[in-house]
Amino acid sequence: MIATDLLVAQNVGFGIISLLMIIGAVRVVTVSNVVHAALWLVIVLSGAAAQYLLLSAEFVAITQVLVYVGAVMVLFLFGTMLTRARIGAESDLNNKNWFLGIPVALLMLGVMSYVIVDGFGSERLIENSGDMQPIPIQVISDDIFGPYLLPFWALSFVLLVAVIGAIVLARKD
Amino acid sequence: MLAHEMTSEVVASTGWFLEHAWLIPVIPAIAFVLIIFFGKKMPMKGSELGVLSMLSSLVFSGGAAWQWIQRVNSVVDGAHEAVVEGAHHAAPYVQPVIHEWTWWQSGGFHFGIGHHIDGLALTLLVVVAFISSLVQIYSLEYLRGDRRYTHFFAALTLFSAGMLCMVLAPNMVQLILGWEIMGLCSFMLIGHWWEEEANSRAALKAFFTVRVGDMGLLIGTAILFFSANNWTQKNLGVSGFNISGLSAWAMSGEASQSALTWGAVALFIACIGKSGQFPLHTWLPDAMAGPTPVSSLLHSSTMVVAGVFLVARLYPIFWEGMKIGDTNINFIVLIGGITIVIAALLAFVQHDIKKVLAYSTVSQLGYMMMGLGAGAWLPAVFHIFTHAFFKACLFLSAGSVSHSGSHHSFDMKKDMGGLAKKMPITATTWIISTLALAGVFPLAGFFSKDEIIDNVGYGGYNAFMIVGLTGAFLTAAYMTRATYLTFFGEARGAAAGIHHDAHDAHDAHAAVDTHNSHDTHVVDSHDAHADHGPHESPKLITVPLMILAALALTAGLSNATPFGESWERFKKYVEPGSEYVMVGSETADEHGAADEHGAEVVEIAAASMSVASEEKVTKEGCAVVAPEAGMVCYFPTVSHAPFKWSKAALSLIIVALGLVSSWLFCVQYYTRRNKRLVGLTERNKVLRGGYTFLWNKYYLDELYEKVIVRSIAHPIAKAAYWVNQNILDGIVNGAGKVSRRLAGWVYRNIDQRVVDGAVNGSGAAARGTGGALRPVQSGKVNQYGALLFSAAAIGALILVIINT
Amino acid sequence: MLTTQFLLLGAVLFCIGVYGVLARKNAVMVLMSIELILNSVNINLLAFSVRHGSVDGNTFALYVIAIAAAEVGVGLAMVLLIYRNRRTIALDDLSEMKG
Repeated sequence: MIATDLLVAQNVGFGIISLLMIIGAVRVVTVSNVVHAALWLVIVLSGAAAQYLLLSAEFVAITQVLVYVGAVMVLFLFGTMLTRARIGAESDLNNKNWFLGIPVALLMLGVMSYVIVDGFGSERLIENSGDMQPIPIQVISDDIFGPYLLPFWALSFVLLVAVIGAIVLARKD
Repeated sequence: MLAHEMTSEVVASTGWFLEHAWLIPVIPAIAFVLIIFFGKKMPMKGSELGVLSMLSSLVFSGGAAWQWIQRVNSVVDGAHEAVVEGAHHAAPYVQPVIHEWTWWQSGGFHFGIGHHIDGLALTLLVVVAFISSLVQIYSLEYLRGDRRYTHFFAALTLFSAGMLCMVLAPNMVQLILGWEIMGLCSFMLIGHWWEEEANSRAALKAFFTVRVGDMGLLIGTAILFFSANNWTQKNLGVSGFNISGLSAWAMSGEASQSALTWGAVALFIACIGKSGQFPLHTWLPDAMAGPTPVSSLLHSSTMVVAGVFLVARLYPIFWEGMKIGDTNINFIVLIGGITIVIAALLAFVQHDIKKVLAYSTVSQLGYMMMGLGAGAWLPAVFHIFTHAFFKACLFLSAGSVSHSGSHHSFDMKKDMGGLAKKMPITATTWIISTLALAGVFPLAGFFSKDEIIDNVGYGGYNAFMIVGLTGAFLTAAYMTRATYLTFFGEARGAAAGIHHDAHDAHDAHAAVDTHNSHDTHVVDSHDAHADHGPHESPKLITVPLMILAALALTAGLSNATPFGESWERFKKYVEPGSEYVMVGSETADEHGAADEHGAEVVEIAAASMSVASEEKVTKEGCAVVAPEAGMVCYFPTVSHAPFKWSKAALSLIIVALGLVSSWLFCVQYYTRRNKRLVGLTERNKVLRGGYTFLWNKYYLDELYEKVIVRSIAHPIAKAAYWVNQNILDGIVNGAGKVSRRLAGWVYRNIDQRVVDGAVNGSGAAARGTGGALRPVQSGKVNQYGALLFSAAAIGALILVIINT
Repeated sequence: MLTTQFLLLGAVLFCIGVYGVLARKNAVMVLMSIELILNSVNINLLAFSVRHGSVDGNTFALYVIAIAAAEVGVGLAMVLLIYRNRRTIALDDLSEMKG
C-alpha cells in the first residue's frame, strides 16, 4: 500500500530538482557576475518547469520554458549587454548594507515554514497519487475564456500598455 | 396566516416602455459617442445630437411613467376588490419592473446590468431627462461660439447617461458605474474653462472632495455584499449587490445589526460627499466656476441629489442601520439639520449670485437628508422633484442675467441691480422660483418643504422641526436679499451700462471680464452686448425659463396634501407599499444559478414580467409585525403626518416674516443707505466677528487645507524622515559597529590564537564587512524594501500567534 | 507526494528572492530576484490546483507568467532609460525619493 502510494521515482525526482533549484537560487542572489547569475536563473526556471510537470501541469510547464527560459532570459542578457555591465566579476553588485536582507528573509522563512507545516502537516497532495492526470489544455482554455475572462481582458490590456510603455521608455529621442 | 391570506390574483399591468426602460440611458450614451467622433463635422457642431437624445430619453421616461401609473392603478384597484372585509391596512406593494442581465462575471460572481423601475426611479428619470433637455436647449444660446462647444455637449450628454444609468440601477455595481461617470463629468464640466487657474482648481477640489466620500460607497457596498450575499442567494436567488435583495435582507430581521449600521454609515459618507452635506459641502460653491448650465443641471437639480437618491433607494438599510424608526437623533438627521442652517447662513454674505444659489442648494439638500433621516421618505423624494424645477430655473435666470444683463459678471453688488425693468421675463421667472423656494403657498416648495418639516416633527424629532423652521426663515430672507440686489434698487456697474473704460473702480472687473468673454463668446457677439447694455435674453434662453417657472408654480400640486387624499399622487405612485410579499411564485429564467436553490427560490428579476400570482397578505406592513416564513418586504412602514392648516399657517407666517423683514432691511441698507445699518458690521464687534466668520466659510477650507493637511501629512512625512534618519540609520550604524567589534573580537581571539587559514580568512572577511559598513550609505530603496518585508513577516507572525 | 514539500520549496525560493531584492544593488539583479519570487508563487498555485482538483491554479499560473513577462519588459526599459540618463544602474544612487 505504501509502496504504490509513495511513488519513489517522483519523490526522488522532486528532491533532486528542488536541491538544484535552491542551489541555483542561492547562486543567483550571491554570485558577483551578472551573466553568471542569469545562467543560474535559467537552472532555477527550468527546475520550476520540471516541478510543474510533476504537478501534472504540462501546459504551464511548456509556457514556462517558452516564455521564461526563452524570452525573459534573452531580455535579461540584452539588458545586461545594453547597460554595459562588465562581463566579468563585479565587486559592488551588492548593497553596502546587504546583510539587512538576511534576518528579514530568515524571519519570513520561519513564519512561512511554521504556518505550512502546522497547516498541512503530512497531508497528501492528492488521495491517490496514481490518479494524477495531466490537465487537458481544453479544460484550461475553458477556464480562461469562461469564468476568468475578465482577468484575461485586464491582462491583455496590461500587456498592451507594457509594450507601448517599453517602447516609449526605451526609445531614443 | 391562513385567515388573512388572500388567494386572489392581482395582475399588474406592464408595457413596452416599462420593459425597455434600459433604453433611456443608452440613447444619450450612444449620442455621446457620436458627438465625440462626428460632432465637429455636424452642422450644429454636435449639439443637435445631445438635444435630440435628451428629448427622446424624455419621451421614453414619460412613457414609462405613464405605464407605471397604469400598473399601480391595476394593482391597487385589484387589491381593493380583493380586500373587501379583510383587515387591510398596509399599502399594497407594487412589484417594480426589474430586468437584469449578466454584464460580466469573474470567478463565479455574476455582475448584472439592467433596470429597476419603480416610482422613485421614474421620478428621477423624468426630472433628469426633462431638466437635461431644457438645459441643453438653453446652452445652445448660452455657449454659442465657445471654443469647446462640442466637448461641452458631449460631456453634458455623458453626464445625463451616467445619471440615468445610476437612477435605474438594479444593483450596486451599476449604481457605482453611474455614480463615477457623474463624478467624472462634473470634473470635466467645472473645469470647462480650465485656462483660468481658479476653474481648474475648483474642478480638482470638487473631484477630490467627492472622492473622499466615494470611498464610503465602495466600502459600504463591500460590507453589505459580504453580509447579505448568503441570505439573498438563499432566499431570493439574487446576489448581494441587488438593490431589492439588499432591501429585503435589511427588513428581514435576520441581518446583522453591526453590518447594517456600518454599511449604512459608509454609504452615508458617500452621500455626504456627493450631496454636499455638512463637513464636505465646501466643494459645491466652488463648483460654480463651471458654466451656468452646468451649475443648473449638475450642481443643483440632478447630480447633487444622487446622495439623497442613494439614501432613498436603499432606505431599508438606513432605516434599520440608523434606527430611523426610533426618535433618537441619528447620523442622517443630524448632518441634514446642521447643513440646513450653516449653509443658509453662508448664503447671506455672498456677493456672487451663483454662490447664493449654491449655498441655497446645499441647504435644501440638507432638508432632504433631514427628512430621510427622520422617516419622512415621501416628502424628501417629493422635494427632490420640486426643488429640481425651481432651482434649475433660478440658476438659469442667473445665467440669463449674466448673459444679457450684467456683462458676464455674477457679482450682485457690483454689476447688478434694477434689472427688473430691463429683463422682465427673467425677473418674473426668478421671482416665481424664489417664492417657490421660500415655500409660499401654493407654489411648489410649499408642498414639499412644509411636508418635510411637518413630518420631521410628527416622527418625533421635535428639535429638528425647529431647525427646519429656522431654515425656512433664513431661506426666505437670503433669497429676498439676492432678488433685491439683482433686480431692484439702483443699477450698478455693468447693469447700468457702464463700460470698461468709463469707470475706474470697474477696471479690475473689466480685466477679468474680457478674459472671460474670450472663452465664452466670439468677440463680435460680445461687443454687440456691450453696445446695447442690459436687455432681455433671446428666446432660446427665456423659453426654458418660462417652462421651468410654470412648473415651479404648479409642480407642488402633484402631491398636494392639504387638498385631500385624491391629490396625493406621489404617495400613491411613488412610495413603495410596505407590505409583505410572498417569495416563490414565479420561476426564474435569466440566471441559471437561481434554479439550483430549488422551487422555493424566485428570481425577482423576472417577477414582474408574466406576473400572475402575487399572494397578498393582509398585515400591518413591514417592520411592524414579524414576517412569516417565505415572506419578504422591501420597504419599511413610514408614518405620514396628517395635514393641519394650523401648522402650515405657522410656517407660512415664518416665511412671510423672512421675506418682509429681509425686504425692509434691503431697502434700508442698499438703497436708502440708512446710517444706523450701513457699516454696522464694522462698528459692532459681535456682528463683525460673525460676519468675518461667515465670510471665511466657518474657516472650513482653512481647516482642511492648513490644519488637517498640514497636521496630518506633515507629521507623517516628518515622522517618516525621522525614522529614516534616526532609527534605520541607527540600526545600520549599530549593526556596523557590532560587526566591527565582532570582527575585532574574532580577530583578536580566534585569529590570533587559532592559527588556521580558514578562520583567518573569515576573520578578515568580517573585518572587511565591518569596515565597509562604517560610512552609512543611503541605500534607501533597499531599506524601504526591508521595512516592507519585515513588517509583512511580523504582521503574519502576529496573526499566527493570535490564531493559535 | 505531500502538499508540504511543494509549499516549503515555494517558501524557500520566495525568501531567497526577497533576500535578493533587498541585498542587490544592480537593478537587473533585482529584477532577477523578483522572477524568483514570482516562480515560487507559481509553484504554490499549481500545488493548490492539484490539491483542490481544480484548474483555476493553472489559469492563474499562466496569468502570472504573462504579467511577469510584461513586468520584465517594462522593468528593463526603465533600467535602460536610467542608464542612458545617469550612466549607472546602481539602485543606491537613485535617491531622489529621499524625504
